[in-house]
Amino acid sequence: MELLVASAIGILTATGVYLLLRGRTFPVVVGLSFLTYGVNVFLFAMGRLTLDAPPIIDEAAASYTDPLPQALVLTAIVISFGMTALLVVLALRGYLERGSDRVELGAAEEGAET
Amino acid sequence: MSHLIIVPVVLPALMAAFLVLAARHDMVLQRALSASSAVLLLACALFLYGLAAEGQPLPYLLGDWPAPFGIVLVLDRLSALMLVLTGILGVAVALFAMTGRDTGGRHFHALLQFQLMGINGAFLTGDLFNLFVFFEVLLIASYGLMLHGGGPRRLGAGLHYVIVNLVGSTLFLFAVGMIYAVTGTLNMADLAIAVGQVAPGDAALLRAGGGLLLTVFAIKAALVPFHWWLRGTYSAAPAPVAALFAIMTKVGAYSIIRVFTLIFGAGAGDAAWLAAPWILPAALVTLVLGTIGLLASRTLFDLAAFSIVASMGTLLIAIGLFTPEAMTAALYYLIHSTFTGAALFMVGGIVATGRGETGDRLVAAAPFPRDQLVAGLFFLAAIAMAGMPPLSGFLGKLLILESAQNAPLMSWIWAIVLGTSLLMLVGFGRAGSVLFWKSAAVAGDGSRPVAGTGNALPLVATATVIAGTALLTLLAGPATAELDLTTRQIFDPTDYVRAVLGDEAALQIAER
Repeated sequence: MELLVASAIGILTATGVYLLLRGRTFPVVVGLSFLTYGVNVFLFAMGRLTLDAPPIIDEAAASYTDPLPQALVLTAIVISFGMTALLVVLALRGYLERGSDRVELGAAEEGAET
Repeated sequence: MSHLIIVPVVLPALMAAFLVLAARHDMVLQRALSASSAVLLLACALFLYGLAAEGQPLPYLLGDWPAPFGIVLVLDRLSALMLVLTGILGVAVALFAMTGRDTGGRHFHALLQFQLMGINGAFLTGDLFNLFVFFEVLLIASYGLMLHGGGPRRLGAGLHYVIVNLVGSTLFLFAVGMIYAVTGTLNMADLAIAVGQVAPGDAALLRAGGGLLLTVFAIKAALVPFHWWLRGTYSAAPAPVAALFAIMTKVGAYSIIRVFTLIFGAGAGDAAWLAAPWILPAALVTLVLGTIGLLASRTLFDLAAFSIVASMGTLLIAIGLFTPEAMTAALYYLIHSTFTGAALFMVGGIVATGRGETGDRLVAAAPFPRDQLVAGLFFLAAIAMAGMPPLSGFLGKLLILESAQNAPLMSWIWAIVLGTSLLMLVGFGRAGSVLFWKSAAVAGDGSRPVAGTGNALPLVATATVIAGTALLTLLAGPATAELDLTTRQIFDPTDYVRAVLGDEAALQIAER
């Protein structure tokens, strides 16, 4: 299971970084999503991988899994979801106003270069 | 336990919600509420500074959960100082924005309050993950503020800003995850103890986590090689927002001071002074690049943005030395550069609206009303930023040079700080002479466009900030004495740990 989770985190992150370096906004948005998925699984795994163990006090339980990373992941998911939504709106608005979805600033937008 | 400690976070949060829900259609009411909230925040920050100046750090347990299990806010001299700084800047920006600069969208003042909430929270929190959350709060508000008013250029630059910071946030999470995995805690005071007891096999992981954290804070503080986002963002942002952003880079600097003295400080065993070898060289390069950019600037906003990069370089040189004398100098320079950077952007905003179509480009154009007064303000801000006597920039740089006397890179530091000061002087001199002297020779075409130029409030706000610089100069003696005490607290985490975790934990940290 360790190998599976570790390689999943690795592939998600690598995909994310690759897409992030692309020149158009859509791949960048998708890349950021992959990166946040990667970090979510990573955070989850930081509480160690435990099978069939409850995260809260239970008299019958022999062992526990760490509940804190799960709470952290929840917070991270909420924030990254909101941010992705904002980024999509921003990219769309930028595409409509600038007529291009390229990431770099064009000469016209640099302004003041006259 | 004083409940006032939570006020700098709760008050703007409630005020922002109220502005959105109840006052969204009434701009006058919004302005009045926003400004009074900013004044209240400043008053509260001053009172909290008084509390912190009594000597002991004060913890505030959220929900009364005992540390390290609950989230804890900690008020010490450093965080109180940053709160006061934010408070002053908040008032100035609220006043500055009031004369028509806040009408590009409906929610400027609500976003401003959220921004203040995030900044105050980041300064107060004593929990690493909570620091991440407050970073997000202040970033989300800053996205809205930066894009305020819209336009293609702002959208393009805004997209860069958002993406860079989202990547930064992701790195922050990776760092937090790694540090939690090897220490089992995220409470900063608890971490200060736990990093010294990490198993030898995990030491590399801990250092990697610390390194990632430094990367994140370096992005916020515009430290080379993560400085490139700043110029595009700051020069595209509306003037009051760019002025407020002068404190945003300082959030990065504050986080570096907090994390790399408290957690990765003297007691961290293998990971002690983790950041020290990296910050100083990077800061020297930052200063050089910022100065080159400043010389190449073709607009007043670019000039101000690059002077922020250069001042962050100077500030981080002092922080990167990690000695008590240098830290006092760094704190002094931090206050100074916040005021001065904000003043430059405010002057830029006044010039841009005053000159109508020519905007803030560094070319001669017809004079505008009250331009001599604006020229005076620009002159004061420029000599303060370049580090000329008699203003606080000179004293700040002097303190930094003095504290670097025995540093290993002493000759580099002296040469670069002094050389760049001269070049900055050239850059500012050129900009000022074009903007105000050559412009005086251009005949007006009679068309006086421009909303809000008749109002003196922006000038008053700018003068307030510059008066802060002047006051810092006049009271340099008492100020450095106060900052010395702050530095002492920064370099001795025992009191901080005792305040949060009690005597037993403090003994553990004191034994190292």
